[in-house]
Amino acid sequence: MSSPASVPDRPAAELNLGEQVTINKPATTSDTRGGADSSVMIGMYDVQKHFGDLHVLKDINLQVPSGQVVVVLGPSGSGKSTLCRTINRLEPIDSGRIEIDGVELPAEGKALARLRADVGMVFQSFNLFAHKTILDNVTLGPIKVKGMRKAEADKLGMQLLERVGIASQRDKLPAQLSGGQQQRVAIARALAMQPKVMLFDEPTSALDPEMVQEVLDVMTSLAKEGMTMLVVTHEMGFARRAADRVLFMSDGEIVEDAEPDAFFDNPQSNRAKDFLGKILSH
Amino acid sequence: MDFSFLSDDRYDFLGAFWMNVQLTFWSAIGALILGTVLAAMRVSPVPLMRATSTVYVNVVRNIPLTVIIIMMSQVLYTQLGVQLATRGERGFLATNNFRLAVLGFVLYTACFVAEAIRSGINTVPPGQAEAARAIGLRFTQVLWLIVLPQAFRSVIAPLANVLIALIKNTTIASAIGVAEAALLMNTLVENEADKYMAVFLTIAVGFIILTLPVGLLLGWVAKKAAVKR
Ligand SMILES: Nc1ncnc2c1ncn2[C@@H]1O[C@H](COP(=O)(O)OP(=O)(O)OP(=O)(O)O)[C@@H](O)[C@H]1O
Ligand SMILES: [Mg+2]
Repeated sequence: MSSPASVPDRPAAELNLGEQVTINKPATTSDTRGGADSSVMIGMYDVQKHFGDLHVLKDINLQVPSGQVVVVLGPSGSGKSTLCRTINRLEPIDSGRIEIDGVELPAEGKALARLRADVGMVFQSFNLFAHKTILDNVTLGPIKVKGMRKAEADKLGMQLLERVGIASQRDKLPAQLSGGQQQRVAIARALAMQPKVMLFDEPTSALDPEMVQEVLDVMTSLAKEGMTMLVVTHEMGFARRAADRVLFMSDGEIVEDAEPDAFFDNPQSNRAKDFLGKILSH
Repeated sequence: MDFSFLSDDRYDFLGAFWMNVQLTFWSAIGALILGTVLAAMRVSPVPLMRATSTVYVNVVRNIPLTVIIIMMSQVLYTQLGVQLATRGERGFLATNNFRLAVLGFVLYTACFVAEAIRSGINTVPPGQAEAARAIGLRFTQVLWLIVLPQAFRSVIAPLANVLIALIKNTTIASAIGVAEAALLMNTLVENEADKYMAVFLTIAVGFIILTLPVGLLLGWVAKKAAVKR
């Protein structure tokens, strides 16, 4: 097969330009791969990212083993969202390498779209498709990306809606649901793609306080089932209870990387102490 | 006022207005398709497509429509020999002129459709496209399944204005001899010089009858279709 070399890294190029897009690294399957890195689900190597002059991700190196739940903390503007968004390439990086389950993210096109389906993402503002019913929100990906039959997708969709406790709302539009319900639908929508990794960018920050717990409960149960998760959140309770690991970011760097109890009880850097002081004092 | 010309067999009012309706119908369909394509190009990640669309819209919408329509006939047909009907068939010239006029209207009106849709696309929160990309949809799917359906709902009212302008603009087809209402009006003005007022009123009312329901209907549809957020 005459497959051309990798396609140049073009920012924001999402249009499918044909089949000539290849994954940069030979795709390895889990049974041929073996070795120490076989369990690394998210791998970031020397990742750099700028917005103009602003250096938002500085030399990020991060390996998240399969099944680990990582909470990312840090002050506003420290690059937490950007970190999240580069992992499924909603935001292109300047240099470095990002791998999901050992496969490097392709630059663009069909291959990228396919790999993205392996990475579920939940946004602060839910972003449910406003013109589609709750069930259609969940089934759209399986039908259009995976080519699943509608009947099968509906069945899967209902299972997931039941699991997040909103099956009875299936025919409503997103705007008719509360924020907490919408966010649970958004989680179901991401899960419908059977992702290997779930990214959460402040999933409860836009919610009324009484709705935070219902979303955290869904996330906690996901974590218990062994989903690999990277969660940006200010919910310290969740971080302590559900996380295996806490990353503290500041100015585009991962400043601390520790187990939750170690981080909260005994932060090493001044920046983390500062941050915790502010967060915990109110 | 003397409206006696209305019952005069020499003047086919219904036929003339029917011609405007047909011009509008085909031009609207064509303009909607081309306009959507132009708007899609405008938001595409490929710089060349964006540039092409921008240049097209900014050039074509600034040419007077009369010039475009006459160019269709004089340049495209007479000079370059582009025919849109089969020569020798009955009514070749009428059909050819009709289609040339439709082509001109499509090329021109598409600019306004594209601008309307683009502004509609801008009303769709960026998070919608982002969520769609995040579940693995490709650019064309994101556009077609998520962004455009929401954009269209918010552009029904502006598109109604474009359509009303198009209905009135079809009178310019008379410049290349298409037998529509404005051409009939010219004939009447010559033949019935004493009835100016009545002639103008008739034509004006005819157009109001065509445009008013369009505005009302689409205004109602626009309200119904609005996306709730
Ligand atoms: N699209 C963009 N263009 C330019 N600058 C950006 C863009 N997105 C983010 N930034 C900047 O990059 C920096 C990091 O942003 P990011 O959203 O990753 O921070 P964050 O840690 O998620 O903050 P917050 O807690 O407020 O969500 C900020 O200074 C922000 O202003
Ligand atoms: Mg953020």
